[in-house]
Amino acid sequence: MIDIIGMIFIGVGIGFDVFGCIGLIRLPDVYNRLQAATKCVTLGTCSILFGTFLMAGGFTPTGFKALIAIVFLFLASPVAAHAVSRGAHRAGIKLWDKSVVDSYAEDKEGEA
Amino acid sequence: MKSRILMFIIAFVVWCILCWKPDTEHLIAGGVVSLIVAAVMGSMFVTRPHLMIHPVRVFYFLFWYVPVFLWELLKANFDVAYRVVHPDLPIKPGIVRLKTELKSDTGLTFLANSITLTPGTLTIDINKDAGILYIHWINVVGSDPATTFKEIGNRFEPILKKIFEENVVSK
Repeated sequence: MIDIIGMIFIGVGIGFDVFGCIGLIRLPDVYNRLQAATKCVTLGTCSILFGTFLMAGGFTPTGFKALIAIVFLFLASPVAAHAVSRGAHRAGIKLWDKSVVDSYAEDKEGEA
Repeated sequence: MKSRILMFIIAFVVWCILCWKPDTEHLIAGGVVSLIVAAVMGSMFVTRPHLMIHPVRVFYFLFWYVPVFLWELLKANFDVAYRVVHPDLPIKPGIVRLKTELKSDTGLTFLANSITLTPGTLTIDINKDAGILYIHWINVVGSDPATTFKEIGNRFEPILKKIFEENVVSK
């Protein structure tokens, strides 16, 4: 029974990871791609890890490592996205042509 | 100093979990490693450690922030999945400002991370002095402060204010 639930979690996780990868290819610029990469891949990978935790039999050595990996992933993934997007903006990478507003660029021009 | 002790405890607990089940050798090695980590990194860890052991704040964190966060994360995933597989790619991206009243480092970090993992938003930069977060929004509804606060900040800021800000929960 618990194996089946674990399998379901892993399946759902792989599904979300696939959506994240499709987003990486289809979305237009680096910022939109990061959106897909952070959200879908974070939950997808955490779901796979949680499925691993269940299938490894709960609080066993493998299960504990999976749980710790979930916590670290939740903390690290948004920070990485923030660093990449900020670096991209500072390096002068333009937003997509159809973007509506860019307050960050406005404010930076004001500073300089 | 309190921050160092807290760092040591957390590092030690993580170590013990990583090498479950701990025996004597692992415990000694973990103690040494945790001491080094605490000595080097401890002062950067938390500025006000006493807040982390406040029971009311921990309660709010576990039973209010975490469920709301997980729910929003799930919504975010379906939102992105929908936008990605839709043939017309229904996105309207832009970078907007979000004014925040949070002042503490930990609170701002959690707000920024929560915003990144919630529907359609990604924190790009923080201006701590002015209390402004720059957010890339995949579907811009409006760029004036009231709209951004209603659509983005409103979900988490009141909760995080209760958890991380000084003088909100009576001591």
